[in-house]
Amino acid sequence: MTTHSSTTEVSKEPERSEDRKGIDEITILWISEGMSCDGDTVSLTAADQPSIEDLVLGLIPGLPKVNLVNKVLSPSLGGEDFLAPYRAAVRDELGPFILVIEGSIPNQNIIEGDGYWTSFGNDPETGEPQTLNWWIDQLAPKAWAVVAAGTCATFGGIHAMSGNPTGCMGLADYLGWDYTSQAGLPIVNVPGCPIQPENFMETLIWVLYHAAGSAPPPPLDHMLRPQWLFGKTVHEGCDRGSYYEQANFAADYNSPKCLVKTGCWGPVVNCNVPKRGWMAGIGGCPNVGGICIGCTMPGFPDAFMPFMDEPPGSTLSSLVIKPYGAVVRRLRGMTNELVNHEPRWRHNKRKLTSGYDPHWRA
Amino acid sequence: MTTTEARPTDRKPPQLVDMSWDPITRIIGNLGIYTKIDFANREVVECHSTSSLFRGYSVFMKGKDPRDAGFITSRICGICGDNHTTCSDYAQQMAYGVKPPPLAEHIVNLGEAAEYMFDHTIFQDNLVFVDFCEAMVKATNPGVLARAERTEAPRGEIHGYRTIADIMKAFNPFEGEVYKEALKVSRVTREMFCLMEGRHVHPSTLYPGGVGTMPQPTVFTDYLSRLMRVIDFVKKAVAMNDDVFDFFYEALPGYEEVGRRRTLLGCWGAFQDPKVVDYRYETMNTWGKAMYVTPGIIVDGELVTNNLVDINLGLRIMLGSSYYEDWVNEQPFVTHDPLGNPIDMRHPWNQTTVPVPQKRDFDDKYSWVMSPRWFDQRTGDHLALDTGGGPLARLWSTALSGLVDTPYIKATGHSVRISLPKGDSLPETTLEWRIPQWSNTIERDRARPYFVAYAAAMALQFLEEAMGMVRAGETKVFENYEVPDEAIGCGFHEAVRGVLSHHLVIKDKKIANYHPYPPTPWNASPRDKFGTPGPYEDAVQGQPIFEENGPDDFKGVDIMRTVRSFDPCLPCGVHMYVGKGKTLTTLHSPTYGANHG
Ligand code: SF4
Ligand code: SF4
Repeated sequence: MTTHSSTTEVSKEPERSEDRKGIDEITILWISEGMSCDGDTVSLTAADQPSIEDLVLGLIPGLPKVNLVNKVLSPSLGGEDFLAPYRAAVRDELGPFILVIEGSIPNQNIIEGDGYWTSFGNDPETGEPQTLNWWIDQLAPKAWAVVAAGTCATFGGIHAMSGNPTGCMGLADYLGWDYTSQAGLPIVNVPGCPIQPENFMETLIWVLYHAAGSAPPPPLDHMLRPQWLFGKTVHEGCDRGSYYEQANFAADYNSPKCLVKTGCWGPVVNCNVPKRGWMAGIGGCPNVGGICIGCTMPGFPDAFMPFMDEPPGSTLSSLVIKPYGAVVRRLRGMTNELVNHEPRWRHNKRKLTSGYDPHWRA
Repeated sequence: MTTTEARPTDRKPPQLVDMSWDPITRIIGNLGIYTKIDFANREVVECHSTSSLFRGYSVFMKGKDPRDAGFITSRICGICGDNHTTCSDYAQQMAYGVKPPPLAEHIVNLGEAAEYMFDHTIFQDNLVFVDFCEAMVKATNPGVLARAERTEAPRGEIHGYRTIADIMKAFNPFEGEVYKEALKVSRVTREMFCLMEGRHVHPSTLYPGGVGTMPQPTVFTDYLSRLMRVIDFVKKAVAMNDDVFDFFYEALPGYEEVGRRRTLLGCWGAFQDPKVVDYRYETMNTWGKAMYVTPGIIVDGELVTNNLVDINLGLRIMLGSSYYEDWVNEQPFVTHDPLGNPIDMRHPWNQTTVPVPQKRDFDDKYSWVMSPRWFDQRTGDHLALDTGGGPLARLWSTALSGLVDTPYIKATGHSVRISLPKGDSLPETTLEWRIPQWSNTIERDRARPYFVAYAAAMALQFLEEAMGMVRAGETKVFENYEVPDEAIGCGFHEAVRGVLSHHLVIKDKKIANYHPYPPTPWNASPRDKFGTPGPYEDAVQGQPIFEENGPDDFKGVDIMRTVRSFDPCLPCGVHMYVGKGKTLTTLHSPTYGANHG
């Protein structure tokens, strides 16, 4: 009977996934207690393609069952029940989990005594705050994969700018750039201040397909960013690109022309927001009138400040744009290298080297 | 010493239990609430509010280009970052002496209106209301739910639900109709926001001096069509909230005491009138009063002042329970304001932030939050003002001042009237928010949907005026300026959950000092050096407990309703312990929906 045989054919499908030895169920432990504004969690709730509800409700075919432990969306109980999966993971009793970190990691080593910069719950023994660093130290070695959400967690971001008193840094600075998870993956960095909602969801879903055994690991660049999202520059996706090409620049923000002279760093910044829009294709940066301040970059913010001034070197490149395309590409490549580096003060040593001086007034 | 007077009770021998909720996760910090509850007398006897996260904006902004301040301070908050950018731009515009073109003001106003609509909706419907939903009421006051099932909803013809319990069901997390619709609406209103300000949370098109948003007709059409799609949702939200809150007073006599404190409200004003505002300090009282949300300080029902200069002069940042070194022995940055009034050493213009990380000790220092207070010259008191979660203070202040009079909003001296046009299912509607009898948990929550309606109504006016300008060819949105060598500035605005100020001092064209004061320090502050508790502490401390559960299966719903009524930023996980970290029971709001059905 035709119906019967076709049913049989279809029912073979799951066997193939067993061949792949994928993971059927995975927990996402999300900690947003880094130095952050929680804007990445908020941004995530704006994603609609797909939405976080779709993921949690199992509406995306081919993924493992996902248990999301995020204080906003978790279906688990709060309190110790809310912390229970985190504690179980510390005891190695949880099963495979993806650790998502939001916010930059403060340097606890520069504190003398019992103080703390940030905490996540209390130590059940002492009742004292349990530091974020303690949780990362416990969980990172056991995680199936580690994902850093937002520029704070990836590279340090705003809170790690020069003169900061907490000595904070990105997760890879903290764990080491050569860290690998239980699955043999490096940290997956999804920068953005905040994350573009769909960029994050898409990356997470790729990691989950990989967990299911149906996809290779997500392709990452040297700064551990997903290549397909951060492989191009802002400039390459900008509506105003044809003005740039014609050396037709806005003198101030009243103009629809290229914003490079009023502070846009688009030519050397890796980001797809102008192309993708901010949510549902709406909004963005230079395409809708905002200069690109390089918020996805390791060098953010210091390398791009003052934001509203013309980036150094852009005059030359805009002057020579037409005749010397190849030269410009090379020059721009050099600047791109420069802003793709983090400032040297982001580290976990005992000394604070950000330039902070508590008695700067005197 | 409490700010609110003690309530007389026939006391039984106390049965005290330590209970704490930590962290109550928040946008700008990790919030914990630590209480002592007397189960014999069903009352909270002590409350400490603590924050365990330091971030240090005022520290690392020193020496930076002042024009960067809006981009940086946006990152203070991941839900109302735009309010910071806007407030920073206000402060910078004062310092630079620049007045943005009128169309830019409208674009900023439209962005802020969308932000208020987005943020209040997601907060009220997807968090606050979970505390009042069917599953929660069943778990905490089953008798009340039984009564709700028998009680017809008075405004049923507006929102379509027959009984109070039907409304409560619609708010059950993840499965209730309203809960789900609110999530969708919060995406539509965020799109409206992105049309005006480029990105949510951290806007890309706002600058000191104006905006970069391209003022094409399309941008406004796209905004208007979305606004009209949600306008009936707004009308229904007000009706549903009113029905449930009125019912609570009825079903649980004495509920007005929950979260009640002395009326000590502050509002710093929002929505500039482009025809009046010039950002000069000297004229600040005039343009401050022209704002479409009137600033004001209200003490025991009386409007103390609606002058922004008085508000500014009275700001005091106190220490006492916070992990910082005092700065009063430093040199002041600002000795006098531009009108010649002396500036106190405890004023934000003169503050220096020196963090000193240390242990948490509830008898001494226990929080990274400082204690902002407002110095009342009439009495010499340092008042722990709260924001009523934002809307309560905004509506109260606007109503009392009686200054706002527009086609859609009218302040009457005792109420605010809000007119919304016809939507796809409901007719043109005029809502009236009247000054309530109490500053308490229910009234803080009730004010919120009314303010969503307020923002929607103001957006209609801004849209009409902006489109008028665009059609007339007045499309300038940015004004140039020079950053002066030396200047001071201050910005007053309303973040979603209440007062927001930024104080800026420029020397050698660089930031010499910068202090942002968002609503959280006002509401969540710890005891100051006089021992005066902050508003969360004061509102929770002494509040009665109505929950039917005993200490063994206690959910703490009345306490959570109070803390959430102040809008601590984001849907939050709440952790409960008894005694020294021993778990008694736990509660996380979405649980009730997950378990239910
Ligand atoms: S506005 Fe920026 S991203 Fe767009 S073309 Fe000009 S420089 Fe490139
Ligand atoms: S375009 Fe620039 S400012 Fe905008 S999101 Fe991308 S990196 Fe950030």
